[in-house]
Amino acid sequence: MELLLNPVVISLVKVLVIILLFVMVVGTVLTLMERKWMSAVQDRIGPNRANIGSFRGRGTLHIAADGLKSIFKEDTVPEGANRFVFTIAPFFGFFSAIVIWAVIPFAGPLGGFTFQITDVNIGMLLVFAVTSLGVYGTVLAGWSSNNKFAVLGAARGTSQMLSYEIFLGLSLVGLFMIVGSVRVSDLVAYQNTYWFGDVLPKWGVLTQPVSCVLFFVAMLAEAKRLPFDAPEGESEIIAGYFLEYSGMRYAAFMLAEYVAIVGIGALTVTLFFGGYHVPWLHADGFHLLGAVLPLPAWLVVLLQLGAFIGKVLFFCWLVIILRWTVPRFRFDQIMALGWKRLLPVCLANVAVTALVLLAVDGWQ
Amino acid sequence: MVAEQYLPVMYLSVIALALGAFFTLVGILLGPSRDTAVKRTPFESGMPSEGSEFRRYGVRFYMVALTFLIFDVEIVFFYPWAVRFRELGFYGFWAMALFFVILVVGLVYDWKKGALEWE
Repeated sequence: MELLLNPVVISLVKVLVIILLFVMVVGTVLTLMERKWMSAVQDRIGPNRANIGSFRGRGTLHIAADGLKSIFKEDTVPEGANRFVFTIAPFFGFFSAIVIWAVIPFAGPLGGFTFQITDVNIGMLLVFAVTSLGVYGTVLAGWSSNNKFAVLGAARGTSQMLSYEIFLGLSLVGLFMIVGSVRVSDLVAYQNTYWFGDVLPKWGVLTQPVSCVLFFVAMLAEAKRLPFDAPEGESEIIAGYFLEYSGMRYAAFMLAEYVAIVGIGALTVTLFFGGYHVPWLHADGFHLLGAVLPLPAWLVVLLQLGAFIGKVLFFCWLVIILRWTVPRFRFDQIMALGWKRLLPVCLANVAVTALVLLAVDGWQ
Repeated sequence: MVAEQYLPVMYLSVIALALGAFFTLVGILLGPSRDTAVKRTPFESGMPSEGSEFRRYGVRFYMVALTFLIFDVEIVFFYPWAVRFRELGFYGFWAMALFFVILVVGLVYDWKKGALEWE
């Protein structure tokens, strides 16, 4: 018992549960769900052949089949590749996709226990720092492969990720101004305050609608998801920067991409869609228009946990369905959209937010 | 202790690196290894690989990197100001407005010089 209450043990358990039982599991399932949804959009059945005896489970066994297949594939390194750089490149994808979960809260505190790995005061700045490391995975993988397509993919990917990192950072400035903090728990707690007494929750999407869209678009571009997947562009440069990877190392790139999608969902929800908060649900129950429905603390936490996971899954679905809804942008369109459209909008958003805040604060 | 708050970040980093190592090693150890000369050539749509990968690439990629460097450093100055915005009031607003104008002038200059064109 003494050992279980040790803060180091508690945070280790949180880390393992969140990463191995939630993030990796959802990421893995998404690899199958993407193919299933793709086939639904295209009016096909999709993968359903993997079987154990007569059990097929509507294609769920394909997750295991894909993993086993990748493990027993030959792992090749092309001639002339820089072996050391080639080996370390896949690590960066995992690093940037996983370390952001350090600051994501899953539910409100229960007693002295928080459902968040660590609540550092630099919060979102840590997320920016870690996500920006992802660009090294792209540039190193492409550069070390000794392949012209890979180098071109890496050059595109680097330009794109660097550009959209600016909008990613700038889009949240308005939110930081309103809340007055970059600590994630402050950002989430603010979204459980209300306008008009206790009617309309101040979710980020309502206080900063423009930056919500900008942030989501910038995150898609950071993760190189369609419509921003010119760095991978299967039909023009085969698979771009990770073209020369095979077997398990290829699987590492793919899995890191899907884990990054879960991260996009979690960050969007945390910053703009109330985080784990259910509207009108406070620590002691529902409050609406003066009426109170008291609930036990454990039920509140359970509802918040369910709400958070549900919202994250919704955004995972949105990211995937977007892939089958919009065509790929040309690379010059991606850059023009970023620098000539999103950047002025980002700057205008900051200026307008400043003016509105000054007006509101001065008026009160 | 402040440093203790950052320990879990270290655990997460270790897990991420362990996953990377797992994926790298499992494939190498369990996969077959039947090496042939053709397999080792870079895959370029089935065409024989011609010349080195280190050829000349468009200068636009480097221009984007330079522009990024300028803007990213400038944007970092926004964060401390944004967090303290409400306490600073009008003084902070005008101080930042000056910086903001310089940033926009830089953007306009970049734009007019054609650094943002992808032609």
